[in-house]
Amino acid sequence: MGILDRFLRTARFSGGVHPDDHKRPAADAPLRVMPPPARLYVPLVQHIGSPARAIVAVGDHVRKGQRIGEPQGAVSAAIHAPTSGRVNAIGDIVAPHPSGLPVRGITIASDGRDEWCELETCDDPFALDPAEIGRRVARAGVVGLGGAAFPSAVKISGGLGARVDLLIINASECEPFLSCDDRLMRDRAAESVDGIAIMLHATGAREARIGIEDNKPEAIAAMRAAVAGHARIRVEVIPTRYPMGSEKHLILVLTGREVPAEGRPSDIGVVVHNVGTAVAVRNAVRFGRPLVSRMVTVNGACVRQPGNVEVPIGTLAGEVLAFCGGLRAEHGGPARLLLGGPMTGMQVPTLEVPVIKGTGGILVLDAAEVGEGEGDGSPCIRCGDCMRACPVGLLPLEIAARVRAGEVDAAARFGLADCIACGCCAYVCPSRIPLVQYFHHAKGELAARARGTQRNETIRTLTRAKAERVEREEREKAEALARRAAASLAAAAAAKQPAAVAEKAVEDASEEAGVCA
Amino acid sequence: MNEYLLLLLSTALINNVVLVKFLGLCPTMGVSKSVDAALGMGLATTFVITLAAAASWMLEHWLLAPFDLGFLRILSFILVIAAAVQFTEMAIRKTSPALYESLGIYLPLITTNCAVLGVALLNVQQGYGFVKSVLFGFGSALGFTIVLLIFAGLRERLALASVPAAFSGAPAAFITISLLSLAFMGFSGLIPA
Amino acid sequence: MLAAILSLTILGAVLGTVLGFANRFFQVEGNPLVEEIEALMPGSNCGQCGFPGCAGAAAAIAAGQASPTCCPPGGRSLAVTIAQRLGVSVELGGAEDPGPLVADIDESICIGCTRCIRACPTDAILGGPKQIHNVMRDSCSGCAQCIDQCPTEAMVMQPLPVTLQQWFWPKPALRA
Repeated sequence: MGILDRFLRTARFSGGVHPDDHKRPAADAPLRVMPPPARLYVPLVQHIGSPARAIVAVGDHVRKGQRIGEPQGAVSAAIHAPTSGRVNAIGDIVAPHPSGLPVRGITIASDGRDEWCELETCDDPFALDPAEIGRRVARAGVVGLGGAAFPSAVKISGGLGARVDLLIINASECEPFLSCDDRLMRDRAAESVDGIAIMLHATGAREARIGIEDNKPEAIAAMRAAVAGHARIRVEVIPTRYPMGSEKHLILVLTGREVPAEGRPSDIGVVVHNVGTAVAVRNAVRFGRPLVSRMVTVNGACVRQPGNVEVPIGTLAGEVLAFCGGLRAEHGGPARLLLGGPMTGMQVPTLEVPVIKGTGGILVLDAAEVGEGEGDGSPCIRCGDCMRACPVGLLPLEIAARVRAGEVDAAARFGLADCIACGCCAYVCPSRIPLVQYFHHAKGELAARARGTQRNETIRTLTRAKAERVEREEREKAEALARRAAASLAAAAAAKQPAAVAEKAVEDASEEAGVCA
Repeated sequence: MNEYLLLLLSTALINNVVLVKFLGLCPTMGVSKSVDAALGMGLATTFVITLAAAASWMLEHWLLAPFDLGFLRILSFILVIAAAVQFTEMAIRKTSPALYESLGIYLPLITTNCAVLGVALLNVQQGYGFVKSVLFGFGSALGFTIVLLIFAGLRERLALASVPAAFSGAPAAFITISLLSLAFMGFSGLIPA
Repeated sequence: MLAAILSLTILGAVLGTVLGFANRFFQVEGNPLVEEIEALMPGSNCGQCGFPGCAGAAAAIAAGQASPTCCPPGGRSLAVTIAQRLGVSVELGGAEDPGPLVADIDESICIGCTRCIRACPTDAILGGPKQIHNVMRDSCSGCAQCIDQCPTEAMVMQPLPVTLQQWFWPKPALRA
């Protein structure tokens, strides 16, 4: 088996888990499009990088697709109005984040007309310069739709500064419960492939490989049919194993090459995009349509009509659930709310959080699916299951033990930085230790320390600068005074008008002192 | 040659100064929280014990025995040991301020480490020659360092385990070192009966 | 009797001489640790630690008279750095540590006297005469020297607000 496997596949990664995927029946339900609700809450930061700056004022009328947030800095993304209406407020809204902290955002009251603003279309994207495609993608505020929400334009038009020869399309969708990429490929295969072709043109890669896990036969068939006319795009069927969708693991399986520990895929000439991003890029380049809606999987035992919905960005999760028939109260009712998948998604405290560009799923799980039970958080029995499940080859038990004892630096020496927080270790742990939370905590602690050190560094520099400046000013002042006193004495001796000049010198000196102070 | 090797091995393992003779327990409990500090302490003590063994032999055979001053033995040995410790302290302070800081009070306390005086007195008692005295001192110090390192390693792991509150800290450490002592008893089987 | 006194005297004299020479050979100029620690400190000489300036605090920490955690503006990151340098472990306050405090100005009662600007060792306060001042949080060392300068009590020390980018999961609480 092992040897055969090695011959059949170029490479595989060690570790990983096979959770029950729970993808059907939601994946088989037809795609629905949700009309914009009465009110949309659009956060100004929905991506990795600096927040966008609001460029509309309260009371302004906006149209669908109009830019309302300007990107700030090199890694940032523009924000657009998801429907037409009036800007109701610019201020704090609850972030789709486990902390429940507020985030700056724009609230838009829909006027119900949902009319687009003027869009810049393009009939032949392949005639465009790659840099121009990058600019159009950036203007449309497209970010990676796989979950990380990294601004796509940076990865499309050589922003990473390295030559790319292989474009990998991540359509593995390895997270249980989620099926939005599956549904997208089944229903919009031609659009996806068109988007991939545009990306291929923009990145200058030799070929594109679409990695799809073998538990999605319909999507594989649809995509195979769609790529028929494209010589440089291939569909690759890969085994179903979590976390196949992790960038580095997908690259390993598809190419047999490994991305260095602290490196990026571009280091080995590869760039990875999500299949949903390909469709967003197509819409942006061909029709000038910014990213104002996305596919969201609504799933979980508590959802009455699970399925995939195209949702305007900024719609509250609660309203999406209401569109899907609301919640069931059986089996003890909802036990956990998640944005994204159950392995890497975020547990949110309330349904009053908006769907953002990176939200791939809204899951409402019941107690049985959450699977909380006896023995939660009991001591580590050192069985080593987490070690075998870790796809990065770390020792989760050792890292977690050190984090628990407060030795974050010792944890970092065990390779904490390489942890991808996939959750495999916590999934297999028989003691149900919240390993991933330990790792998130330790990473946050290390980041906070690094920020603190940076801050102390800045403050030290500033303190020295001020001390030096004050010293210099005082010295200069003393020198100027001495010079003037000498000059006035000399002048007094020469011109025999001592009083007036001396007075002037004193005046000058005091004036200067006032300015310096 | 064989005899010397046997002496080294038996002082380091079979008649281990900490776990069998129960000497030098103060630094064993005090400086065994981290392997790094334990290694530093072990090396410092090794240096002092070896030096003290050599110096005390010379003192015994060239001064105390000829002039029949046996009653000054402990006094003069302590004098020599204190000087050796002072010297070590200065050297460490100069070469490794961080180690100096982490050893803290335990560094000057090597003076009163009964393993050091004990080795010097045992040398006299056994009537060893100079080479054997130095080897005996070095072997004992080696045994001390080995135990300190093993115990520090155990305690580092123990700090990560979830120990019941009543046992955490010193109690768990004492239980651990008693088990370690039991384990070292096993080395006595190395000597044919 | 005489032999005993003589031998001990000679022994003491010889050892003393050797140690005296060794001391000269291993002479440590000042304490390199103090200088190293001082270089790590914020350097605003705010006095919140209770020592005369950062140099005093560094000397106290190196001598073991003060904990590495004694510097409020430096916060946890400074404490950890110093502790690593010293090779000691520190007891960090845990989750209840509010983080560094920074100055904040109540704009409704600021009269624009610029006194706080002159007192600030890091030039973290912006503003001109008769204009409302503002604190640049990133540059504020939290030394609190501006607080007493303000004639209208418009200056207060406040913890840095936690932003979405800075928030991280708390350590899981032990169950059972």
